[in-house]
Amino acid sequence: MSRITIDEVKHVANLARLAITEEEAEQFQHQLDAIISFAEELNELDTDHVEPTSHVLDMNNVLREDEATKGLPQEEVLKNAPDSQDGYIKVPSIMD
Amino acid sequence: MEFETVIGLEVHVELKTDSKIFSASPNHFGAEPNTNTTVVDLGYPGVLPVVNKKAVEYGMKASMALNCEIAPVTKFDRKNYFYPDNPKAYQISQFDKPVGEHGWIEIEVDGYKKKIGITRIHLEEDAGKLTHGKGYSLVDYNRQGTPLIEIVSEPDIRTPNEAYAYLEKLKSIVQYTGVSDCKMEEGSLRCDANISLRPVGQKEFGTKTELKNLNSFNFVRKGLEYEEKRQAEVLREGGVIEQETRRFDEATGKTLLMRVKEGSDDYRYFPEPDLLDIVIDEDWKARIRAEIPELPDARKTRYIDTFGLPAYDAGVLTVTKETADFFEATVAAGAEPKQASNWIMGEVSAYLNAEGLELHETKLTAEGLAGMIALIEDGTISSKIAKTVFKELIENGGEAKKIVEDKGLVQISDESALLAIVTEILDNNPQSIDDFKNGKKKAVGFLVGQMMKATKGQANPQIVNKLLMQEIQKR
Repeated sequence: MSRITIDEVKHVANLARLAITEEEAEQFQHQLDAIISFAEELNELDTDHVEPTSHVLDMNNVLREDEATKGLPQEEVLKNAPDSQDGYIKVPSIMD
Repeated sequence: MEFETVIGLEVHVELKTDSKIFSASPNHFGAEPNTNTTVVDLGYPGVLPVVNKKAVEYGMKASMALNCEIAPVTKFDRKNYFYPDNPKAYQISQFDKPVGEHGWIEIEVDGYKKKIGITRIHLEEDAGKLTHGKGYSLVDYNRQGTPLIEIVSEPDIRTPNEAYAYLEKLKSIVQYTGVSDCKMEEGSLRCDANISLRPVGQKEFGTKTELKNLNSFNFVRKGLEYEEKRQAEVLREGGVIEQETRRFDEATGKTLLMRVKEGSDDYRYFPEPDLLDIVIDEDWKARIRAEIPELPDARKTRYIDTFGLPAYDAGVLTVTKETADFFEATVAAGAEPKQASNWIMGEVSAYLNAEGLELHETKLTAEGLAGMIALIEDGTISSKIAKTVFKELIENGGEAKKIVEDKGLVQISDESALLAIVTEILDNNPQSIDDFKNGKKKAVGFLVGQMMKATKGQANPQIVNKLLMQEIQKR
């Protein structure tokens, strides 16, 4: 029994905006199953008395003073955009 | 069946820092498109965000002013979504450790007071702005990375009027702290509303709809009123409410379906790996707390207790810090508090509304207003003349006394001088005297008008009245 269903694989692919075929979905199911199984090895550790952490660095409060610099020039910003118009980046129509 | 309405509000407030929350690009409204960004805002590969200390402190300040508990440890998380308003495909927000939680504000509406709970206040970055054209959308990333706080209310609000009062109060308090302008027209305060109905007595909430495109507090109230009615009709006819997002249409006052929500959003939050925890100790909290000015409710109480103002006046004067500060400065400059209040709520407010200005954009000073009130009190000018002086003060500034002297506006209270004019006017208007004696009280008004005309409005009205009556009796 796989740890991840075909529907979940398709859902994850959709969230990542990846178009995958039925064959690929099956292939990824096996691969993801193996990855999850590998990660599950961590469950062997007793973490009852360990605080959850989101970082390996023992640091906090890395903050910046509120000082503004100049922004990038508009032409630099638009250079990487496939299309632009009147200083705006132009993208295909977005329907909400 | 009778229903109870349940409303919860989500309010986004832009913080007025000089730079963005995670980058040093400038943070201000109204620049040319795509000129206020850096590689961090644009999500270029390999860049690292660094948290703006002031944004965190502004978040703390607003949270404290809204009676929240401040998190001892707060952190940022990634909220993943694809949309062209955000070049990174994720928004840095806060998930499980928001800066503030468990707050409340007190509102007063339709004669009762009520506490509305605030679930949480979290920090996040704003996204870019989209303008939709036919077949395309235009993106401006200037707003990307603007520091925001999202203020989420408890579902404690029961009527559209309470929602309105909550927003007014929230805006007032946040403005006092100085962390935001809270200008809905510039988008520095934005509101989404959740509303559901349930049969009176039922504990479980009904299915809610979310309202968007609410561009003023009035539209929030109107949208909720419409939605309240719509949902009640659907339920009474045995229908079900779909969980959906609806758009308020300003032209018709109706809410229109935008999209039906299928399942819950799948944002896959996880701790932001590029940013470290923020530990907030007691010292830091104390420093921020000391910067919070006296807030509107406390000021209102003080105005009632120490200045003897009616609760209504005290409420109106304390809505904005600017007005309250101006009122106090006017009193400090020697004005009688109730007189100062009358002028600020009356003429000053009418002028600002008519001209679409804020107080600091005019030339009026507290000393100017206080000086003018003093001249009315000591009889130098009539309240009618005062309006001319006031217009001069608010448009060109200066000192009331000097304006009165320069323009020759001093009130004529000299009885012998006025008597001569009264006599002349009565001689010229025998008909009015007859009319008055025949019971037409209005005839006096005409004679007073003639007096004012003859003296360019400078005659002391009380003395004019007295002299007119006295002289009419003699004829």
